[in-house]
Amino acid sequence: MSAFGSALNYLAGQLRQIGLFIALIAIIIFFQVATDGITLKPINVSNLIVQNSYILILAVGMVMIIIAGHIDLSVGSVVAFVGAMAGVMITQWNIPWWLAIILCLILGALVGMWQGFWIAYFNIPAFIVTLAGMLTFRGLTQITLQNEQISPFPTQFRALGSGFLPDLGGGTSFLEPLTVGLGLLATLLLVGQGIRARLARKKYDVEDEPFAWFLTKLVFTAALILLITYLLASYRGTPIVLIVLGVLTVVYSAVMARSVFGRHVYALGGNLNAAALSGVKTKRVTFQLFINMGVISALAGLVFTAQLNLANPKAGDGFELDAIAAVFIGGAAVTGGIGTVTGAIIGGLIIGILNNGMSILGVGTEYQQLIKGLVLLAAVAFDVYNKRRSGGR
Amino acid sequence: MTTNILEMRNITKTFPGVKALQDVSLAVQRGHIHAICGENGAGKSTLMKVLSGVYPAGTYEGDIVLEDQTVEFKSINDSEAAGVVIIHQELALSPYLSIAENIFLGNEQQKNGWIDWNKTNLEASKLLARVGLKDNPITKVMDIGVGKQQLVEIAKALSKEVKLLILDEPTAALNDEDSAHLLDLILHLKGQGITSIIISHKLNEIKAIADEVTIIRDGKTIETLDMHSDQISEDRIIKGMVGRDLESRYPDHTPKIGEEILRVENWTVHHPLDHERKVVSNASISVKAGEIVGIAGLMGAGRTEFAMSVFGHSYGHNISGKVFKNGTEIKTNTVSAAIENGLAYATEDRKHYGLNLIEDIKRNVSLAALGKLSRAGWVDENREVVVAEGFRKSMNIKAPSVEALTGKLSGGNQQKVVLSKWMFSDPDVLILDEPTRGIDVGAKYEIYGIINRLADEGKGVIVISSELPELLGICDRIYTLSEGRITADVPRDQATAEYLMQHMTQEREKDHA
Repeated sequence: MSAFGSALNYLAGQLRQIGLFIALIAIIIFFQVATDGITLKPINVSNLIVQNSYILILAVGMVMIIIAGHIDLSVGSVVAFVGAMAGVMITQWNIPWWLAIILCLILGALVGMWQGFWIAYFNIPAFIVTLAGMLTFRGLTQITLQNEQISPFPTQFRALGSGFLPDLGGGTSFLEPLTVGLGLLATLLLVGQGIRARLARKKYDVEDEPFAWFLTKLVFTAALILLITYLLASYRGTPIVLIVLGVLTVVYSAVMARSVFGRHVYALGGNLNAAALSGVKTKRVTFQLFINMGVISALAGLVFTAQLNLANPKAGDGFELDAIAAVFIGGAAVTGGIGTVTGAIIGGLIIGILNNGMSILGVGTEYQQLIKGLVLLAAVAFDVYNKRRSGGR
Repeated sequence: MTTNILEMRNITKTFPGVKALQDVSLAVQRGHIHAICGENGAGKSTLMKVLSGVYPAGTYEGDIVLEDQTVEFKSINDSEAAGVVIIHQELALSPYLSIAENIFLGNEQQKNGWIDWNKTNLEASKLLARVGLKDNPITKVMDIGVGKQQLVEIAKALSKEVKLLILDEPTAALNDEDSAHLLDLILHLKGQGITSIIISHKLNEIKAIADEVTIIRDGKTIETLDMHSDQISEDRIIKGMVGRDLESRYPDHTPKIGEEILRVENWTVHHPLDHERKVVSNASISVKAGEIVGIAGLMGAGRTEFAMSVFGHSYGHNISGKVFKNGTEIKTNTVSAAIENGLAYATEDRKHYGLNLIEDIKRNVSLAALGKLSRAGWVDENREVVVAEGFRKSMNIKAPSVEALTGKLSGGNQQKVVLSKWMFSDPDVLILDEPTRGIDVGAKYEIYGIINRLADEGKGVIVISSELPELLGICDRIYTLSEGRITADVPRDQATAEYLMQHMTQEREKDHA
């Protein structure tokens, strides 16, 4: 096969990944043009990240659940419940904000244990257990708040949702120096890691990614990070949630790709019986996954509450559906076993940009829903079509 | 009009790469009970699927002549309309529906699109009476036993004005009493002029009720025996079933047998759903280092159930018995405990129990022993590639790279991936369940070579197989299993196919006699 032919073959194999990326770029360009350049204005990009952060955080946990072949419908209610508890702890029990954050994360773990127990050890389908959870935790939220709202929260707590890293330029520099530094660091790490991994693969003779494609991908991602850095640095700097989100993405990407636990999650979703017969402790892995989801939901709940500066009985309504949609747009398989953390993040960003762009254009929420629904269907239909075409099983 | 209700002439059915049936002919006389015998995989079920239209006309060669007319069934509906009804080994009843609803499923007693419940239940009662069931037709199928469910299937067949009833292993899941009742019913239906074809492994049953027996082996008709005029013994049927030439399909191997490495004592396993039924009963086996031990048994004898229950209690309910490794008792309650104690089990069902088909070769190979490749919970992916690449070369796995998805490999190569996975976990005893099922001849030879190599490394190997020639070709010792009991322990030099088959078909009564 010619070099060009094999390169083409490789790209065909990566169609889904490329498609997702191209879709993201196309949507950004479309809205950039349609909104006369508002979409990529520094303030809008900053808002986009901040306002979608909790969905992206949820998507990171949700993709792992879905890869394992389960689902979690309760995350929206858990977000509300944790927000309510944070409100009660801080404003009524006068617990210091940092301790309240720790207690809320522990609370999330307990919620995950509760649901994970029924799913893993009692063999009740996750759909049912988390549907029940959706109702019970919404109920608990209303009981906790006695159907009232709690506000305001201390500034330090609110920083988790809407704060920025300190401006080292004293608010006078053209670009905020700390953000620029972090952006450059991230770019360097990414490029370095990419080259290191490629060299390692070369050494073991498993490299099949054409060099041109490798280079394109690297340059492109670096350019994207630098662009975002530039935009953020020319507004108020780095949002704190972006750091939280970045750490989550990097850590969980690594866990899913390289840790024994991550491997077991993929094995579970790919073939539960084969995993069990290979010595994977399937029940324990499922249990741990739901604990993890509980903690991540709690984190999303804290971020959301901090951002709104409000604990509200209706908070988080429908978040589970946005997170699930992000995961599936990001290429996860409905039957489990396939999906990536970065895919889920990109899926979440696509939804976020659609929301943001359509809002700027003044598209009514009814049409926003309609369009998001069609995008989700199209993404999954594309997957199914692809699988069938390649003689999938 | 001839006396034959059915003639199948020169039927040839080809699957990609395999001739499942080759020039098979079958003649069934009107009003007789005709038995079909053969080893697992001989082509019996394929022949019946051709007859019942599961494989539609056009996908096979040859003619089917039913009541002197050549017929071409495009689907099961066609064959049922012509009065040919097949009852599969796996019952096709819906457990949550009533007996009457099941009987008329797809053939509802209706008036203008509305079900006539009175007629449904009345007709069902009449049909139930014909098969000797007194149950209320509104009873749910899940509330009656397997034996009665089998009778409901027959009642359903009768509702379709059946002329030719095909029963695939009808007594495989039944206890003795239910089996006897069912055989009586088949004889009774014969009295009413209904012709039956019965596929069975239980030779004593065939001897009891069949008028003729047709033996199929390797997709070919071997002979048809008249059970009345000839003096046909069970041994005579066995000879027909197994009497093929043993070519040099097995690599030469001189065993180097050492000390006992694994012993299972008094192993008893109950059925996971039917807690009363013993699937494995008081079975004891042992394996020595360097020894290849076979377990021979017909379908439903409890081979896989035995192996999976030993391996981490992966099957069954209320399991009792002891497992000893090098003379010390070990626990094998969980799969990970079994693996830690040096056991490995390669399943008979690669697709459902062996491989993650949407994952690549390397990740399948490493799954059972990820600990060996990881430090502090992180997998060394580069070493993983090296390990998998090593197996790809040594096992001759034909794939472009170790990143190829296992779902895209051929059966033989998939099996090599499964074996690689278990070799990487470095066990002392390997249980290989049907290691060559669905694999072509060349790959089989390679797998036999791998099995020999494992034994030469001082491991104990247990091979479970339906193919007697395979066991005779590679094993140093063979256990026979019948109805969950070990019925014989045969050294290689005393083992013949006939002898094994006798013990594999041995009934419980004989055991006590």
